[in-house]
Amino acid sequence: MVQFAWLIPMFPLLGFLLIGLLNKRLPVSLSGGIATLMVFLSFVVSAVIFREVAQDGSVPERVVLFDWISVGDLSIPFSFLIDRLSVIMLMVVTGVGSLIHLYSIGYMHHEQDHPRYFSYLNLFVFFMLLLVLGSNYIVMFVGWEGVGLCSYLLIGFWFKNIDYCNAAKKAFIMNRIGDLGLLLGVLLIYNTFGSFGFREVFEAARNFPENSEAVTAICLLLFVGAMGKSAQIPLYTWLPDAMAGPTPVSALIHAATMVTAGIYMVVRSNVLYVLSPGASEIVALVGLATAFFAATIGLKQNDIKKVLAYSTVSQLGYMFVALGVGAYQTALFHVITHAFFKALLFLGAGSVIHAMSGEQDLRRMGGLKKVLPITHATFLIGTLAIAGLPPFAGFFSKDEILAKVWEHSPIMFFVLAVTSVLTAVYMLRLYWLTFYGEFRGTQHQKQHLHESPATMTIPLVVLAVLSTIGGFIGMPEVFHTPHYLNEFLAPVMWKVNHHSASETFEFLLMGISLALLLIIMFATYNTYVIKNVMPEENDKDLQGFAKLVANKYYVDEIYEALITKPLNGISSFVYKFIDQGFIDKLVNGTGTSLNGLSGVLRFVQTGNIGGYIFSMVIGIIVILVLTMIL
Amino acid sequence: MNSILQVIPLNYYVALAAILFSIGVMGVMFRRNAIIVFMCIELMLNAVNMLLTAFSTYHGDASGQVMVFFIMAVAAAEVAVGLAILVMIYNNIRTVDINELNKLKW
Repeated sequence: MVQFAWLIPMFPLLGFLLIGLLNKRLPVSLSGGIATLMVFLSFVVSAVIFREVAQDGSVPERVVLFDWISVGDLSIPFSFLIDRLSVIMLMVVTGVGSLIHLYSIGYMHHEQDHPRYFSYLNLFVFFMLLLVLGSNYIVMFVGWEGVGLCSYLLIGFWFKNIDYCNAAKKAFIMNRIGDLGLLLGVLLIYNTFGSFGFREVFEAARNFPENSEAVTAICLLLFVGAMGKSAQIPLYTWLPDAMAGPTPVSALIHAATMVTAGIYMVVRSNVLYVLSPGASEIVALVGLATAFFAATIGLKQNDIKKVLAYSTVSQLGYMFVALGVGAYQTALFHVITHAFFKALLFLGAGSVIHAMSGEQDLRRMGGLKKVLPITHATFLIGTLAIAGLPPFAGFFSKDEILAKVWEHSPIMFFVLAVTSVLTAVYMLRLYWLTFYGEFRGTQHQKQHLHESPATMTIPLVVLAVLSTIGGFIGMPEVFHTPHYLNEFLAPVMWKVNHHSASETFEFLLMGISLALLLIIMFATYNTYVIKNVMPEENDKDLQGFAKLVANKYYVDEIYEALITKPLNGISSFVYKFIDQGFIDKLVNGTGTSLNGLSGVLRFVQTGNIGGYIFSMVIGIIVILVLTMIL
Repeated sequence: MNSILQVIPLNYYVALAAILFSIGVMGVMFRRNAIIVFMCIELMLNAVNMLLTAFSTYHGDASGQVMVFFIMAVAAAEVAVGLAILVMIYNNIRTVDINELNKLKW
C-alpha cells in the first residue's frame, strides 16, 4: 500500500485542475464538494498508510515517482519518504484539511467565486503534502515554495481590497526572505554532504564532528527559512496581517499546517541540529522571544482574528523553544495538538464572524453564548485547550515543553511560564468578551444572529473532540502510561533528550499551572464579565505599556522606517541618478552619436558609379600591395 | 603530350591576361557609355578565362577548362540580362551615359 503514496498528493492536484479548469462551468454547489472529497480521499489513503507504517514500518520507505533532475553526478529523484514522521504530518494535514474544506462550504456560501477559492485550497493541500512527503530537500523546497504561493493567493482572495492585497504581498515578500535562507542552507548541505536526499545527508552527518562550522551554518540558514514560514522574530509581522484572508484559510494555512512547516523541517533535520548545540540555542532563544512578545501583543488586540494570530505566533515560538532544547517529539506533539485546537478556535471565530455579518471587533460582540450554542461550546473547549486545562490537549503538550525547558535552563522556563499565563489571560479575555455580557453590536446585526449551518458545526465538533482527547497520545511519564507519540517517533530521531524531570517537579508543575489557570479564569471573569471592563474604543487613549502593546511595539513602523523607507530612498536615488542619469544617457548617447556620424558619412554615397568603381579598384590595389608587402 | 597551347611560354599568357584585365578596368573606370563599360567587363572576364585555360593546360588538369565553360555560360546569361537593362534604361531616359544614372544616393 505504501507504493500508492503518490495518490495522496494526486487527489488534491486533480481537484485543483478539475475545479480550476472547469471553473464557472461547474455548478456552484459542486466545487466545494469536489474539493472536500479530494482531500478526504487523501485522508483515507493516508490513514491506510499510517496503519501500515504503525504496524511494522519502522524502516522508512522511499517511493520514487520518476527521475527528476539528473545532471552529471547530481541525481535528484522525485520521490517520497514514508516514515513515521511523514505519516503523522500526513494525518494532520489531510485530517484537519478535510474538516476545514467541509467548513469552507458553509462559510463561503455567500461568496462569489467559489471555484477560485476551492481550487487554491486544493492546490495548497497538494503542495503541503509534497512538503511533508518529499524524500529530499529539493522536493521539500518545491512544496515549501508552493504553500507560500497559495498562502499569497488566498490572503489576497478578496483582491479588490487594496489592504488585503498589501497584506498578501507582505506575506509573500517576508516569506521570500526566509526562503532565501532555506535555499542557501540546502545548497550548503549539498556542498557539505554531497547529496540532497534526507537519508544520505543524515547518514553522512552522523559521522560528523559536533559543532563544526559547516553544520552550524546549515542549521542557522535552515532556521532563517523556518523564521519566515513559521513567523518567528524578526519575520513574524506577516502572519497577523495574513488574517485578511477568509477565516478557513487562516485556520488551515496560518494556524494548522503551513506555519508548522518550519517545525517539521527542523524535526526532519534533527540530526543536523543535534550536531550543533550553538544553533539550537539560538533557535530556542528566538522561539522564546517570539513566544513572549507575541503573547503580550495578544493581550491588547481587539480583532478576534488578530488575537488568534498573535496567539499562533506565540505558540509557534513555544514549539521552537522545544526544538531548541532538543525535545523534537515534544515540538511535534505541540504541532499536532495546536493544529487541533487552533484550527478549532479559528473556525469558531469564523462561525462568530459569520453570525455577526462579518464583524470582527470584540467590542461589538458579547452575549453570543445563547445564540451560538455549538460554537460557544466548541470555542470554550478550544480556549481551555490552549490555556492548558487538563485533560484538554494543550495541557499535555505545553507541560511537556515546560518540563523539558526546565532541565535546559530555569530562566527560559520562567519566561515561558509567564508566557503561558499570558496565553491564558488573552484567550479568556477573548472568550468572555465574545460570549458573555450584553450584545454590543448594531440592531441589524442582532436580528441577523444565527447558529452556523451543519457543514460548519460538524468540523467544529470533530475538532473539539480531537482537542479534548488529542493530548492522550503523549501522557507525561508520571502517570506511568506509555507515551505513544515518543515511542512512535523514536525511529526517526537520532539523539533524543530523554532526561525527564523528577516526578515531584512534574506534579508541582501541573498543580501550579492548574491553580494559576483557575485564578486567571476567575480574575478575567471578574474583569470582563462582572465589572464589564471594555477595551478602549480608541487606541489613542491608552497610556504607557498598554499603548506600546496595542501598537504591537511599533514593529511595523520600525521596519517601515529602518528597511522600507531607506530601500525606497535608495531605489529612487538609483533610478534618478544611476539609471536615468548614467545608464540611460550611455545607451541613448550611443544611438545619438552613431546617428550623427552616419549623417556625415552618408555623403560618401554620391550615386556616381564611376566613383564607386574607382574606390573599389583603389581598395583592391591597396589590399594587393599589402598582401605582397606583408 | 604537349598541347598546342604550350608552344607559348606561360609568362606570356600571364602578361597578356594582366594587360587585358587592366584595359578592362580602365575602361570600366573611365568610359561613360554603358555599352562600352559592359564590353570592358566582358574583357576582364575573358582575361581571367584565358589565364584559367593556360594554367589548366600547364598544370595538366582539365578542371580549369571546365570552369571556363561555366563562366562563359553564366556570362552569356548575364549579358542577356545586362543588355535588357540597358535597353530599358535607354527607353526611359534616352541615353546610356552612366553618369546620368546617379539618382540612387544619400
